Amino acid sequence: MSLLKPQAVSAPRQWIRRYGMLLVLLAMMLLASLLSDRFLTSNNLMNVTRQVAINAILAAGMTVVILSGGIDLSVGSVLALTGAVGAGMIAAGGNWLVAALAMLGLGTLLGAVNGFFVAYGQLPPFIVTLAMMAFARGATLVYTNGRPITVLNNAFQWFGHGSVGPVPAPVAIMIILYLAFYIFLNRTTLGRLIYAVGGNERAARMSGVRVNFIKVLVYAMSGFTAGFAGIVLTSRLFSAQPTAGTSYELDAIAAVILGGTSLSGGRGSVTGTIIGAFIIGILGNVLNLLNVSSFYQDVAKGVVILVAVLLDRLIHAGGKGSLRKGVAPRAQQA
Amino acid sequence: MAGISKAFPGVIALDGVDFEVRAGEVHALLGENGAGKSTLVKIMTGVYEKDSGEMYVRGEKVEIRSPLDAQRLGIRIIHQEFTLINDMSVAENIFLDAMGSRMLSWVPYRRMRAESRELLKRLGLHHVSVDALVRDLSVAEQQIVEIARALREEAAVIIMDEPTAALTDAEVERLMDIIRQLRASGTGIVYISHKLDEVMAIADRATVLRDGRLVGTKPMAELTRDEIVRMMVGRPLTKLYVRNHKPTSEVALEVRDLSVPGRVHGASLVAHKGEVVGITGLMGAGQSELVRAIFGAVPRSGGEIKLHGRPVDIRSPQDAIRHGIALLTENRKEEGLVLLLSVVANSSLAALEKVSRFGFVDVAKERRQAADYVERLAIKTPSLDQEVDSLSGGNQQKVVLSKWLATDADVIIMAEPTRGIDVGAKAEVYALIDELAGQGKTILLVSSELPEVINLSDRIYVMHEGRIVAELDAANTSQEEIGHYATGGTRHESA
Repeated sequence: MSLLKPQAVSAPRQWIRRYGMLLVLLAMMLLASLLSDRFLTSNNLMNVTRQVAINAILAAGMTVVILSGGIDLSVGSVLALTGAVGAGMIAAGGNWLVAALAMLGLGTLLGAVNGFFVAYGQLPPFIVTLAMMAFARGATLVYTNGRPITVLNNAFQWFGHGSVGPVPAPVAIMIILYLAFYIFLNRTTLGRLIYAVGGNERAARMSGVRVNFIKVLVYAMSGFTAGFAGIVLTSRLFSAQPTAGTSYELDAIAAVILGGTSLSGGRGSVTGTIIGAFIIGILGNVLNLLNVSSFYQDVAKGVVILVAVLLDRLIHAGGKGSLRKGVAPRAQQA
Repeated sequence: MAGISKAFPGVIALDGVDFEVRAGEVHALLGENGAGKSTLVKIMTGVYEKDSGEMYVRGEKVEIRSPLDAQRLGIRIIHQEFTLINDMSVAENIFLDAMGSRMLSWVPYRRMRAESRELLKRLGLHHVSVDALVRDLSVAEQQIVEIARALREEAAVIIMDEPTAALTDAEVERLMDIIRQLRASGTGIVYISHKLDEVMAIADRATVLRDGRLVGTKPMAELTRDEIVRMMVGRPLTKLYVRNHKPTSEVALEVRDLSVPGRVHGASLVAHKGEVVGITGLMGAGQSELVRAIFGAVPRSGGEIKLHGRPVDIRSPQDAIRHGIALLTENRKEEGLVLLLSVVANSSLAALEKVSRFGFVDVAKERRQAADYVERLAIKTPSLDQEVDSLSGGNQQKVVLSKWLATDADVIIMAEPTRGIDVGAKAEVYALIDELAGQGKTILLVSSELPEVINLSDRIYVMHEGRIVAELDAANTSQEEIGHYATGGTRHESA
């Protein structure tokens, strides 16, 4: 039966639609290698990837939240708080593994608190996670007294400085997380329900989906990845900084959006997100190599995000005879 | 419009269709779902661009490339879903486009209110203040505001897409008056509806499309109902209603004294295995809340629900589904489907665990199940991976049905299962209801279409202002009797 076969993706438009952002990334890399001969060295590429890893880890959880139709502004602060608490435990003589697990647990817990208020308090995610962002940042400052906590523990250093074969540990963690998230979103029942909730919450509810549970789950997952990013960053810096992770949530959201995930939920993928994270990372790297001031880097980042998303919109909406054209303008009909 | 064609990937939606509307004419546009009506309308209103063909307005050749072009040429559409701004006043909504094109001037409130009042009066909406918020109006009133807006812009052609889908009989009557009035003042009206009685009453001419082709345009006076149906489906429709099932006397569902604060007051009903039980009444009489409460989707303040003689505690849709109850809601786009997801994903949504193992979706099994339903329910879709958004109304409804069939529920509640779907798809839904009852399922059919309720049900409950006021034997009742009870008549008077 022909219906059983997945839809063929032969048309060039569909190909572009699926791989458009990957093309943007490759074009950027091509341009970068023309502008700077240091770009395509293995040393530099490894360096970029290591830098991308932390944002990519955060963005994995962010993708899940945004797919469900929410947003999580608290990830940067949660990262800082988990880092501080973990560093504190190790500084007090605690076991590194216990500390790491505690960091993951704390992140997950804070995320679940977000989810609880979003789901059962029926508050807008923007407000709830904004409150958590302030709360967790404040708690970090209280806990650290505003001073960094140094971490000197050889085993713990692995997360930021170790490697698996030739692959740096943060990158390995990133790859494993993305594989797990990919399988979770595409193959598991819960993953499917996240798309359903993001696509149409009322329909999901009326189909017996436990929407509140799904919401708690997605924010908990985002908290978990924030905790993981906290481990890697603390390890990399040999210390927990009270201001660590400031505005990281914006980079994570940018990566998700660049990756083609719809801010209104229901459509998107982690494969897109990792491409988005690399676009942001490589942009910063190229500007560094070209000795552009970091002030201008933010300006450039803003422009690139806008242009890339605009391009994506054109790819999705454009073209006569595209069914999708009928979808988008429905709101403005008549 | 002459020789209009439009192709989508894999489908030719319109193939050389000619269509014209004269000034001062009501022209019905008919066809089954997927026949090309909406595509034609979308080309007229600039939502889609045509692939080929020519369009003329008042004899002049025009190109309509955007909704704005269409508006400038005086083509307006009134949808089932309105395009009013809920938090603005009636007057502001009527003048919305005028404000949009003169953004830099002061808002001429005095003139706006006066002209709006005039328009509403013309349309017989005396009792609504032009300062009222659209949010606070009834659906019928909002529709009239839409028409007022079209009138203010002196629309040459007004397209009405299923305008009566959400109206009561009295409101439909008033709309018909308004349409006659518009016709008399020279406006051309394109009238799209699945309700053939209405179409035959109001339209001057009818154009029928089938599979993207023009079947014909004829004066209404020369057409009979059967002829229209034959043109639409391409074959004489032998029987709309089938009834082969035989209800048993085994009680499947029993509801006692169920109340929903403010909406349902102490409703009791029974439904047997293999029985189709109709629940009807005027819009807002509490039918929808009653079945939602049974399904656990709205909280009930009291009452007992028994399934197969055992009391069950249903507090959420999950509970209901676990106990084998399904609810097909009356608004498939809002509550029935996840429009962004594929046919497969939608059809397995309510029973995902049935195609899952250890928390993982068994994709092959899921696709096989969906393919089965696509075949069994004759769902027309280019592929299983098609997003349901792009399917026609009837096919979307079948996807919702497949979702509930997949749960293997034995009590299936269907609220307005044929709303906004064409005759052919209706007949298929009716046949399916009969088939399900024949398999021993219990069907609660909530519908405001009396012929449907009478012809499919075994017994009928009539609701009025939140109470069940009558229980009737479908074989021995009439639309008049049901109408009598639905409007608050008592048993005594009816005799």
